[in-house]
Order: sequence, then C-alpha cells, then structure tokens
Amino acid sequence: MKTGVTALSDAKVGNVGIVESVDLPEEVSHHLAHLGFLPGTRVEVVHRAPAGDPTVYRIDGVEVGLRSETARHIFLKLAPGGAK
Amino acid sequence: MSCHAPVLEPLEPVPPPSGARSRLKTVALIGPPNSGKSTLFNRLTGMRQKVANYPGVTVEHHSGRMKSIGRSDLTLIDLPGIYSLATYSEDARVAVDVLTGKMPGVPRPDCVLLVLDATHMNRQLMLAAPVFSIGLPTLVLLNMSDQMDDRGGKLDTLALARELGHPVALISAAKGTGLDVVPDFLLRADKALEKSPRPVQLPVLQTPSECRKWATQVTVRSAYQSPSASLWTSRLDAVLLHRWIAPVVFLAVVFAVFQVVFTIGQPLSDGLGRVLTHAGAKAALLLPDNWMRLLLRDGLWNGVQSVLVFLPQILLLFLFIGILEDSGYLARAALIADRVMRSIGLNGKAFIPLLSAYACAVPAIMATRTIENKRERLATILIAPFMTCSARLPIYTLIIAAFIPNRLFLGGVIGLRALVMIGLYALGFLAALLTAKLLNSSVMKASPAPFILELPQYRWPTVQGLAMRLYDRGMLFVKKAGTIILGVSLVIWILSVLPLHFASGTAQFSDMANSVIGHLGRFIEPVIRPLGFNWKIGIGLLSSIFAREVIVGTLGTLYGADPATHSVGLQAALRHDMTLGGAIALVVFFAFAMQCTSTLAVVRRETNSWKFPVLQFCYMTFVAYFAALITNQVITRLF
Repeated sequence: MKTGVTALSDAKVGNVGIVESVDLPEEVSHHLAHLGFLPGTRVEVVHRAPAGDPTVYRIDGVEVGLRSETARHIFLKLAPGGAK
Repeated sequence: MSCHAPVLEPLEPVPPPSGARSRLKTVALIGPPNSGKSTLFNRLTGMRQKVANYPGVTVEHHSGRMKSIGRSDLTLIDLPGIYSLATYSEDARVAVDVLTGKMPGVPRPDCVLLVLDATHMNRQLMLAAPVFSIGLPTLVLLNMSDQMDDRGGKLDTLALARELGHPVALISAAKGTGLDVVPDFLLRADKALEKSPRPVQLPVLQTPSECRKWATQVTVRSAYQSPSASLWTSRLDAVLLHRWIAPVVFLAVVFAVFQVVFTIGQPLSDGLGRVLTHAGAKAALLLPDNWMRLLLRDGLWNGVQSVLVFLPQILLLFLFIGILEDSGYLARAALIADRVMRSIGLNGKAFIPLLSAYACAVPAIMATRTIENKRERLATILIAPFMTCSARLPIYTLIIAAFIPNRLFLGGVIGLRALVMIGLYALGFLAALLTAKLLNSSVMKASPAPFILELPQYRWPTVQGLAMRLYDRGMLFVKKAGTIILGVSLVIWILSVLPLHFASGTAQFSDMANSVIGHLGRFIEPVIRPLGFNWKIGIGLLSSIFAREVIVGTLGTLYGADPATHSVGLQAALRHDMTLGGAIALVVFFAFAMQCTSTLAVVRRETNSWKFPVLQFCYMTFVAYFAALITNQVITRLF
C-alpha cells in the first residue's frame, strides 16, 4: 500500500480525504460510483452509528451510510492535518 | 447566476394542439432515487402515488393521464429511481425496460422528463448522458430548486441547457413551482415527432468514471455552485445518531407511537363506537320489526361497526408512520438498527421493506425489489408477514382493551396496555428474526450484499401530504369494512339462523347453537379448545383467512346476533366468554398466523410460484397454533 493511503473504515469522524481507489466487486463499485465514490472525489467522515457501525460519509453533498466491511475496501488519501 | 425562469431553446410560440390527434402519447418520468419523481407525477396527473423521503419508494411503473396540466390525451409513466442504465436490481430493470420500450404491455415512451435533484448536480447529472443517448426528446427538470436557493447553491440554467443540448428548468415538485414549463415542452416534443426522428447519438460514456468526468465538466461550465450541507440535517443527526442519545430517541419514538394509539386513540374509538351503536339503533327503528331488522342490525351493522370503530387508531398509526417516512428519520432508523439486522445475516436493505411491513406486508414485499441479491430478497419476502401490520391492530386493541387493566407506570408515562401492545409487536419482530436465522443457516447461505444507504435531508412533513395519506388509508379501511367485512358478516349471519324451522305454519330461525354455523363451530372446536378458544372464536379464525380484521367483524356479528350477549357490546361479551389465557393466546395466534389472502397473492406474484406462499402459510399457521397453545397453557396455570 502506498504511504498516506488509508482504508475509509480506518478514518475517524471529522477526517477528510480524497478517494484513491475502490476495490469491490463490479456491481457494488458501480453503485458506489454513482453515489460519488470515484477516484478524486472528496469524502468526509461525519457520523458513526450508535453501535459503532455503519458509518455515515459525506460525499458530493450527500450522506451515505456504509458498513465497515464495505468501507474497508475503499482507499483514500487523508487531507493534510487529518481532522479539520 | 441563479435563474428562476424556465429556460428553453428560443422558438416561436407553439400553437396548442388542434383537432388533429397529437403524435405524442406517452411520456416517461425518469431520475435517480429520491429525486422526487412520484411527487411530480402526482402534481402532473392529480393522482396519489405513494411518496416518502427515502430512496426506493417506487418499485413499479405507474401510469396516469396528465390531467392536472390539461393534457388528458397523454399518459405519464412514473418509474423507479435509477442511477444508470446498467442495472442490478429488479426495480431498476423495470425502469430501463419501460424506457427502452421492452416492457410488454407498456408503450414505448415518446419523450422523457428527466428529474434531477438540484442540490447535488455532480452526481445526479451522471444519469443524464445515458438517458440522452436513448435519443428521445428530453426535458431536464432540476427539482428541489427551492432548497438549492435556500442553502446558497447557484446554477446557470441557460449554460446548462447549452451544454446538455436539451431544455432545462428549475422546479419544486413539492411546492408546485416552475411546472408551467412542462406543457410547453410537450407541445414542442410533439412538433419534433412530426419531423424526421432525431439522429440517435450512440452512448459514448460507458463507465461511471467517464460519466462522472463529463458531469463534472458540465457543472463547471454551467457555473454550478453546490449548496452547503443543510445545517439542520447536520445538527439533527448530531443528536439523532449520537452514540447514547440515538437508541433512547429510537425507543422513545416507538413507545410514543403506541402510547398515543391508546391514550388518544382509545377514547376516540370508544366515542365513535357509541355514535355508531346509537345510529344503528335509531336506524333499526325505521325498519319493520322482523327478520330484516335482525339481519341489518344484528348481522350487518354489528359486524361492520365493530371494525369501523378502530378507524381512529389506524389513522393515528399511519400519521406516525407518515411523519417518520416524510421527515427522513426512517433512513436513520435503518442505520441504527443495521447492527441487529446483520447479526441475523440480513442485508441492511431489508430493513426498510421490513419497517414498511408495519403498515402492510403487501407493499413491503413489493419493496424487496430494491434488494439485488435474489436469496436475500426471498428471505425478506418470507419473513415480512411476521411484522405487525395495521390489520392486526383491531383484534389487538379489542382484546387488550377488554382484558388488560388500564394501569400506568412511571408517573403515567407508560401504560400497561401500550406495553402489552409493544410486546406483541416485538413478538412478531422476534419471529421474523428467528425465521431469518433459520433460513440463513439452512437454505440461504448467501454472500452478504453490502449495505449502502443514502441518508436524505430532513424535511418537514407537509400537512397536505400527511392529510392525503390519512385520507387514502382511511378510505381503504372503510372500503374494506364496506365490502369484505360486510360480505362475511352477511354470510355468517345467514348461516347462524339457518336452517329454518317450520312450526305452527310459520318459518322460524334456528337458535345459534343449532344453526349451520353452530354445528360447524362445534365441529372444529376440539382442535382449538386446547388454545382456550370457543367455537365462535374458531369461526372468527376461519373467516379471517381473507383478512385479519374480518375476525372482529365476525365476532361482532356472532355476539351481536346471540340474544345472550346482544346488548352488552363486543368487549364485554368477550370478557364473559373467554379466559385470560384464551384471550392472550388469541392475540399471540394473530401475531404469527398468515391470515391474509392479499399477502399470499403478492408472494405468489413476486416469487413466481405457489411453492413459497403455500410453504409460508403452513409454516406460519403451525407456529401460530403452537405458540397460542403454549401461551394458553402457561397463563392458565399461572393465574
């Protein structure tokens, strides 16, 4: 793995990053792509559900909930400084 | 610049359609999920398709005449939301098949209204390129423009129309603004159809990332400034998804619903009952004092009114469901409950169909079309009827009001009756969970499909929207009382007075005990006796195979026609005729049993075989019987 690249599931609430790659089966990545999960898009971790999972991410002005089992396969480069 | 005026290619004014028939016949509404297509459909047709604030409300295509804009000659087709023309789920396939003219029985659309949510254009525009490539005249409607303005978003619609090569207009389907552009476009589309067909542009944008790149370019060139995230949504979510507060709010909402159904619903229901009884008694005096009065008052009116009195509770329940759905909280509830769903091996996507099964299993089973994975979809279909639908409310409320004392706890915040009701709802939910677990460990070892849930912005539910829901629901309930329940009551009453006896030259009715229904009842009684049910309850169970509410109508007729209980009312009659064990066993039976022909029919249709509905019916009846048996035996021993 390249340096500076983290799995989305490891990012903390408040973290902002740029999507690097999505490593999921075709039909899943297709759906995610249409929600904005494509390389180069800015994503922010906004909430974690009370049980710690799923997590809500803001991408393209939309909030999307993903389980960590899915977010684990999405990689992003965290913006410098990590949390805002 | 932000521009409110609808922007169209400058053309000379088009004359309204003359006597000649227009070529344009069918118009399709297409757009991403939760972009407001159905709201717009209702605006343009004057119809009332279900709308709510979460993605995936529409799973079928619906058609209507565009009456509200004076074009009754045109058919508008509302389609399920799609992200692209490559589809993985059943509902999206419906949309694409209709759009490309491959759906049998649905004419190929002549033009398209593409509805996009103006508050996040980058993403929404990704659908535009594939839709344009179909080659139909298309009007791009940027919905929720009022929200975009409110949150500081901007868009140059003129530039966007130039970029897209199709007319563009800002609208708000919810408020009904900007819609005058639609009839105008339709006239133009009609003109365009008279000319030679447009050259079809082949799809050049194949992959999502190409679509995305194109969409980004277009939004940049049309000076799109995305609106800031809704402040209220962020603030509310900070509380409603908070680690400690969220579960408390979630439970409080659930308790509040049931408490209100009792504390407000019960007095209303009792009042309505008094009015209906009084009206029935008054009306009966106008009838000749013979068999006709008995038939109408004891048979039909008792049957129908004993169900009708539950109208206030049903409306209150749907008011709550409406507020939860329209505000956007439902999607948050799905997020909070995902952990539980996962522990039983169910897709998070199953949660919304299961939640809507609290209203009725039929739309819930249809809503499973949004689940891509076939086996998970089947599992969800099979467990949905365990969720407590509103048709169970009448029998639950009747038994609880008759047998459970009105005791309050925690300084009057929670009542025993509401707790019992919640217990019954929980029982159904548990049965659904255990069945899912069973299915997962035996027949459906499915690879878990991912949980991807868009959280919509919070919105204020509109009074008009809620009023319409309640009106539709109320009418449905009243209609059921006036058809199925009336019919069953009639049959039950006739069977309860036959055969006729001829004594001293006049025909006389049988006693109920010696009537056809009495004999039938006593014939089945040995089977249900261990459950604590008498033969009248048995007849009620048989009749409720049509629909769950029917049992209340049947009991109303049977106890109403019986001289011994004729004048005391159904609640009191049941209190004297049943033990506590039998009464609780009855509601437990209803928590599990599959007493609904509509659900069986929809399962048959959605699974395309009789195997599953038959299996489901047998399984649920089996579970219901034994659960009721155990309940009765345990309670009878304890109390």
